[in-house]
Amino acid sequence: MQTIQDKIGHFPRQLEDESIYILREVAAQFERPALLFSGGKDSITLVRLAQKAFFPGKIPFPLVHIDTGHNFPETIEFRDWLAKETGAELIVRYVQDSINQGKATEESGKYASRNVLQTVTLLDTIEEFKFDACIGGARRDEEKARAKERIFSVRDDFGQWDAKRQRPELFDMLNGRIAVGENVRVFPISNWTELDVWNYIKEEKMDIPSIYYSHQRQVIERDGMLWADSDYLNKEADEIPFEATVRFRTVGDMTCTAAVASDAIDIDVIIEEILSAEISERGARIDDKRSEAAMEKRKQQGYF
Amino acid sequence: MDILRIATAGSVDDGKSTLIGRLLYETNSITKDKIEALETASKRKGLDFLDLSLLTDGLIAEREQGITIDVAHIYFSTPTRKYIIADTPGHVEYTRNMVTGASNVKVSLILVDARQGVVEQTARHLSIAAMLRIPKVIICINKMDLVQYQESTFNAIKDSLAELVAQTTFEGQEISFLPISSLYGQNITQKASEMPWFSGNTLLGELEAFEYASTLAHAPARFPVQFVVRPMTEAYHDYRGYAGKISSGTFQVGDSIRVLPTGQESTIATIEKFESKLSQAIAGDSVTITLTTDIDISRGNTLVLASEDQPPQLKDFSAQICWLDHTALSPGKTYLLQHGINITKAKISQITERLDVATQSATEGVSNLQLNEIGTIALRTAQPISADKYAANPSNGAFILIDEFTNSTVGVGFVK
Repeated sequence: MQTIQDKIGHFPRQLEDESIYILREVAAQFERPALLFSGGKDSITLVRLAQKAFFPGKIPFPLVHIDTGHNFPETIEFRDWLAKETGAELIVRYVQDSINQGKATEESGKYASRNVLQTVTLLDTIEEFKFDACIGGARRDEEKARAKERIFSVRDDFGQWDAKRQRPELFDMLNGRIAVGENVRVFPISNWTELDVWNYIKEEKMDIPSIYYSHQRQVIERDGMLWADSDYLNKEADEIPFEATVRFRTVGDMTCTAAVASDAIDIDVIIEEILSAEISERGARIDDKRSEAAMEKRKQQGYF
Repeated sequence: MDILRIATAGSVDDGKSTLIGRLLYETNSITKDKIEALETASKRKGLDFLDLSLLTDGLIAEREQGITIDVAHIYFSTPTRKYIIADTPGHVEYTRNMVTGASNVKVSLILVDARQGVVEQTARHLSIAAMLRIPKVIICINKMDLVQYQESTFNAIKDSLAELVAQTTFEGQEISFLPISSLYGQNITQKASEMPWFSGNTLLGELEAFEYASTLAHAPARFPVQFVVRPMTEAYHDYRGYAGKISSGTFQVGDSIRVLPTGQESTIATIEKFESKLSQAIAGDSVTITLTTDIDISRGNTLVLASEDQPPQLKDFSAQICWLDHTALSPGKTYLLQHGINITKAKISQITERLDVATQSATEGVSNLQLNEIGTIALRTAQPISADKYAANPSNGAFILIDEFTNSTVGVGFVK
């Protein structure tokens, strides 16, 4: 019988070597780097790569989580477990605090989410700790504006991205020199695709939060997608929650990540599903659907 | 499974984005929701066909102007290999992006509009592919549908490029010509029914079959130390590991090594990759090396094999350079030179000549190099760099120049 690996090939190990090289450059070139950890599979992959890059030493930078308060409880549990497991320092800052301080205002309406608000908390956190490099798990295959992102992406002191001012990156030489107040966003898995990440998780036998696998959950249907029911979701009268067998293909906030109906209980089935899926990964991200240029606009504002 | 990196280049209307869109479409790399979004966007533009170029023209400004203005990275896979395309703009003023996008690739795709034939950009791209020592160039004569799929048109363009190809190519570089139609998917992944006279491979066929000999693994061994791992924990009290990515050659446990620039010698005790210990590692591997003796090594030092050719310690040397910044290169100014991971100050003492890449003619006695210009310079560094000639060992022969005040990457150089 033909296996999945016959169909799609193995994980290209060269990608891991390149990502480890990037992480070592971050540790060497910057004084206060941080790894932005969301609890999703991409940032879990980053933690794994960082472990490998500095082994047998510890990861030489903290994991920073911007907690929107709307996270899946399974993600938070996993985050705490992973920090303990790797011995990495964990820093958590809360969007709720930014709201309480009057720096951010809760959105209203049935599509309200805290996705945009977290940029405020992120920029405050960068300032608080004087982080000069923030490592993120964004990939170029996710979205069109991200396809143009550099590995070292320089942001001004408002965290803004200017597509026209990007530094050329030649060969594997990374120029991380910045002026005071500027910082760099670093994307070590830029060249990985969603499939690469899943193949890597499989080959490395990595643990991931349980919500990536099929489970029973109360959901509502909206705009042809399944939304997880929670206290944070503003439901209309006719949106009655029902139980469904689902999993999450991408993990963001409960208010901006749609579930997919799925029976996938192991990683092989997940990979099969991705191969045959009719919807792209970010197609399940409600935050991207706001407009065709939604991602680029958020990046200009300092979003990841 | 390996990765093949490709750069696409062409003039503004050569249909580069459409070609890439076509490759993605025919290798089933586009999901249904993206195709639906494409249909909506195509209709909004008043088109009655799927505008595949919309898949890659990512930025708002690009969608408004209908041009590609930055390097975009696009991914697709076959069971054979993973492909990464650096889609680079063909505007004259954006040559810097082309050099950037093409710096990592093994294959360069150059597009020529069958109706227009060879234009200045074609020459520029061929010449840049040669300068970067890209081992394979595929020249796609596109829009064959608009010239009635005539063999004579294809041959005429091919012939008109012969002299230029002979002028720019280097030993070992493969150059092939393909007649295609991106719009109608002729010779992209399927043989062109409209061009039975063409017996060659399809574009995807060429890419799948291309085997680049791992020349880097056979070049002299170079290991730049990126990071010194010192856990200082109880279990690893005296551990000193040198972490880095092997840029060329092969290292084995037991090999005698020399540290550059200090000249100290030692022997490799272990080669480690996370929890596993390897007996050898080759170019491209990110590893941690430990030595049998405790010597002083820091970031920026290079380990080489004591038994092999060693790179010269360059302080006064000449290099080919491509200028990437709006502020021109001027002799006498001090820049930061980054060779691999090593940074030192450098002064440009002279611009020896400027090269017109379209005609391959050199001009002497120039006073500056502007954005997108290529030339030869003489420079002097504060500290010597352990660099090879770019043509002999590309992984250890390139450098970038950084402006000390703006921190921008302003130039890329190739040691001569």
